[in-house]
Amino acid sequence: MSGPAAALFIAVFLACAVEAVEATTIVLAAGTARDWRSAGIGTGAALAVLAVIVAALGPAVTHIPLTALRVVVGALLLVFGLQWIRKAILRASGHKALHDEEKLYAEHLAEAKEQQSRRTFLAPDWYGFTLAFKGVLLEGLEVVFIVLTFGANAHNVGLATIAAACAVVIIATVGFAVRAPLARVPENTLKFIVGIMLTSFGVFWGGEGAGAHWPGSDAALLVIIPAVALFAIGLTALLRRTGTDEAIAKMREPAREPAS
Amino acid sequence: MNKLRAFGAFWYDFVIGDDWVVAAGVVIGLAATYGLHKAGVPAWWLLPVLLVVLLPLSLSRAISGPLLPPRTRGQRSSPASPRTPPAS
Repeated sequence: MSGPAAALFIAVFLACAVEAVEATTIVLAAGTARDWRSAGIGTGAALAVLAVIVAALGPAVTHIPLTALRVVVGALLLVFGLQWIRKAILRASGHKALHDEEKLYAEHLAEAKEQQSRRTFLAPDWYGFTLAFKGVLLEGLEVVFIVLTFGANAHNVGLATIAAACAVVIIATVGFAVRAPLARVPENTLKFIVGIMLTSFGVFWGGEGAGAHWPGSDAALLVIIPAVALFAIGLTALLRRTGTDEAIAKMREPAREPAS
Repeated sequence: MNKLRAFGAFWYDFVIGDDWVVAAGVVIGLAATYGLHKAGVPAWWLLPVLLVVLLPLSLSRAISGPLLPPRTRGQRSSPASPRTPPAS
């Protein structure tokens, strides 16, 4: 596998793994708090809708001229990637709470337990069905977007599909084997890496689509990815220092008040 | 009407996210890259430079302040009151 192909596989695998962790958490909460059968039917229904969307959009995406596709996808990846990196840096530097899959699972579980049961012709428990359906559909749409855009841009939809399938199957299998939120998956680190990958591919494809010619052609990606990573790590270190100062200041602040 | 607004809000949140400056910067950067390319000037460097400007800008907006607090050499943040509250 060439360098850029390996980068494509890793980017798609990690991005889809993050989405799969979130979908698995929701389905586990729906199954545990409500009804496993309804959660299963909801998951199946969402996968069926996703299959229809892929069947409809897949061929259409491959017919879009590559230059136009690269500009649009590059722009979207840059916007998404910068958002992911920003949040990841804020989390890593202590300016934002860490993404906690166990906490999210507990929240989904508590909310699901509060709802009243309602049987429909589709599933024994409507709420469990809807929760699983929405979770899998929304996270699945992001997986479809990642596979189609990355795959079409790199002329390698097959490799992108394999990477996504590997990520989803591994995460879902582990999730349902342990029947617990995947708290041990280093999701915050994964999001940091995915942000770097999305941004790097966004810079590369966006630039190419807008007419830029990268020195070294596809091999430029192998320079862009580590450069973006180093920049993000540097910003994290910088913010961690300032964050520490602010945290100390906040910790001392309440001590002034009781004087009155 | 509410559903239409919710639909629009969903797509705004999905595409633009919580910092519109990033989205605007990306669009301007791509347009400038295209402009340079059309003018016959090498344009590959523009998006990396944009990234170097845009990410710290967005971070500083997120934490609602400058990226680095103004601090002169050798000067620490001003000491606050003691940790233990004064006796009432």
